Amino acid sequence: MIKHLRSAADLDADTATLILDTAAEMAALSGREVKKLPALRGRTVVNLFYEDSTRTRISFEAAAKRLSADVINFSAKGSSVSKGESLKDTALTLQAMGADAVVIRHSASGAPHRLANWVEGSVVNAGDGTHEHPTQALLDAYTMRSRLGRLDGLKVAIVGDVLHSRVARSNILLLSTLGARVTVVGPPTLIPLDLTDKAQVSYDLDAVLPDSDVVMMLRVQTERMQDSYFPSAREYSRRYGLDVPRLRKLPEHAIVMHPGPMNRGMEIAPEVADSPRSTIVEQVANGVSVRMAVLYLLLGGK
Amino acid sequence: MAYLLKGVSILGASPTDLYIADGVISDKPVDGAEVIDAAGLVALPGLVDVHTHLREPGREDAETVDTGSRAAALGGYTAVCAMANTSPVADTAGVVEQVWRLGREAGLVDVQPIGAVTVGLAGKQMAELGAMATSAANVRIFSDDGFCVADPKLMRRALEYVKAFDGVIAQHAEEPRLTEGAQMHEGEVSTRLGLTGWPAVAEEAIIARDVLLAEHVGSRLHVCHVSTAGSVEVLRQAKARGVRVTAEVTPHHLLLTDELAAGYDPVFKVNPPLRTRKDVEALRRALLDGVIDVVATDHAPHAVQDKECEWSYARPGMLGLETALPIVLSVFGPQWDLIADRMSIAPARIAGLDGHGGDLTKAGTPANLTLVDPSVQRVVDPAELASRSRNTPYAGMTLPGRIVATFLRGEATVLDGKAVK
Ligand SMILES: [Zn+2]
Repeated sequence: MIKHLRSAADLDADTATLILDTAAEMAALSGREVKKLPALRGRTVVNLFYEDSTRTRISFEAAAKRLSADVINFSAKGSSVSKGESLKDTALTLQAMGADAVVIRHSASGAPHRLANWVEGSVVNAGDGTHEHPTQALLDAYTMRSRLGRLDGLKVAIVGDVLHSRVARSNILLLSTLGARVTVVGPPTLIPLDLTDKAQVSYDLDAVLPDSDVVMMLRVQTERMQDSYFPSAREYSRRYGLDVPRLRKLPEHAIVMHPGPMNRGMEIAPEVADSPRSTIVEQVANGVSVRMAVLYLLLGGK
Repeated sequence: MAYLLKGVSILGASPTDLYIADGVISDKPVDGAEVIDAAGLVALPGLVDVHTHLREPGREDAETVDTGSRAAALGGYTAVCAMANTSPVADTAGVVEQVWRLGREAGLVDVQPIGAVTVGLAGKQMAELGAMATSAANVRIFSDDGFCVADPKLMRRALEYVKAFDGVIAQHAEEPRLTEGAQMHEGEVSTRLGLTGWPAVAEEAIIARDVLLAEHVGSRLHVCHVSTAGSVEVLRQAKARGVRVTAEVTPHHLLLTDELAAGYDPVFKVNPPLRTRKDVEALRRALLDGVIDVVATDHAPHAVQDKECEWSYARPGMLGLETALPIVLSVFGPQWDLIADRMSIAPARIAGLDGHGGDLTKAGTPANLTLVDPSVQRVVDPAELASRSRNTPYAGMTLPGRIVATFLRGEATVLDGKAVK
């Protein structure tokens, strides 16, 4: 088993599949009355969050607690480089506390890589800057597999601000490892110039939809408008938003995903978000099972 | 003190005896000269760096004029041009004179201050360039390095203004609107790493603009740390048209690529950023064919806490003085005439440093020179560096060449590979 989960690139197909299979077992167990498993009793998991993300933190916290681990929440929000403790000093503190795993959320890309140099335990990336969010990609893959029965050969459209999206980066890597075919869709300003050959690029959402099994809508921040990535929220929404007429262009079996939090009315219409094809609520539930599997396997739980 | 360098090879020529007396090269034997066995050693005119950050005043925890001078001498340098982005900024006669005086006191290399182009490097108002030029520091190169003089009108005026005292503007070419938040070269690696890209065009657009401005007003322009293949082409065309432009390349841009960012170790973070293999190859060719005139270190010491952190929080820059010659040797091999020109003669000419980059075969040439043993391979150990900082990207690398001795106006600053003070 790998020691750290810093990037979806840390996962080969066998390891990723093992995590998804383990997550399915975790989900089955969580469905029973006794929700706690003794697997990580006596082990310490630290949630080190430099960015506000209640949903991700709660998901990891629930996952660790269901495995009976001791959880320490270390909110370092608001600490900047000039003020407060450096990441390295914090790492040494966590080391002294005997952290077996550190789950880190940070606004700087690569912070989990830096942290892994300074702690002995496992490092799990819970989102770093505009780099990656590998457990999100795992839960997305898990959700696709549960709904559609497979990943190999699935056609997945990832739509929106790919340039700034850690979700997109991790999904492209993981899905291509697992045999899915990814197309990223968005305005050219929000698609990196040198995107990996692991994904196709399209600027035309309407052309991509009829041939997609999964359409994953990314959150688009309206501040991007000020930076001239697109002229207005209205134009963005018209060209790249998933509304009801566009939903009808999808094949009947296709599903709609969103990593949250959503901008209803911007990248996704409320009727679409709430439609039976939407997996948005399931994604949240699956997140706990997948994170249980990740912690369990990284820490070699018995 | 007089010296006899016995059996030395001047620029790779057959062994000869070289006498140093009264601060100059002598063509006759000198009585009582200290004999240095220089068999197998190559004499080069003392190296000249047109781009050094000595950090004093302001960041003496990272480097001082004294420690930086020692690093320079150990690297074979006899003169360094100290960049103006200190605190306070070297934008007045007072500050440049202070740096110049500290250099004299250290006495290991000639420290030639560079003056800021604009007050506080803020890019708004021209600094008192004339006062710095006529100060004791005798400033000839002006640069806002660290920042680009982005305002085209201000750049035009600065280029024109310094004609009165044969000055030159050294531009840090970076269109700031195209590099907001930039962390590394924009390309496949930056996309993979999720780090904001610094596009090559942000450098090329400014160089293209500035060569046109220099051409229009008939002024000299110097381009700092050229880093892209596209910039080389812009410079090649400008030089072919006769524009008075010179350019430098750093040792790190001649050797390292953006792939090194993959582990997020900020020791590889530098501005302009490490580019691609294709850029490295274009820069090497440009240095060979003279489109790029000089190698300059952009020696940029940083305190440990400014590098031992997240990539995007780290300061850009790397050490260079003690490894520049070994890097150039490793890239180009023992092409001594080329090395002497690009690392001593041409930079001395650009900086207007008379007495440096002289002809060592001529009697009366000021004895500014360095002796290199090209047969030695050394592993770079950050702990051994004389710089106060440790941010070398070459740690653990084996590089050719050892600086055995350096002489500044006939006085040894380095002997047996050690600084004399
Ligand atoms: Zn610069």
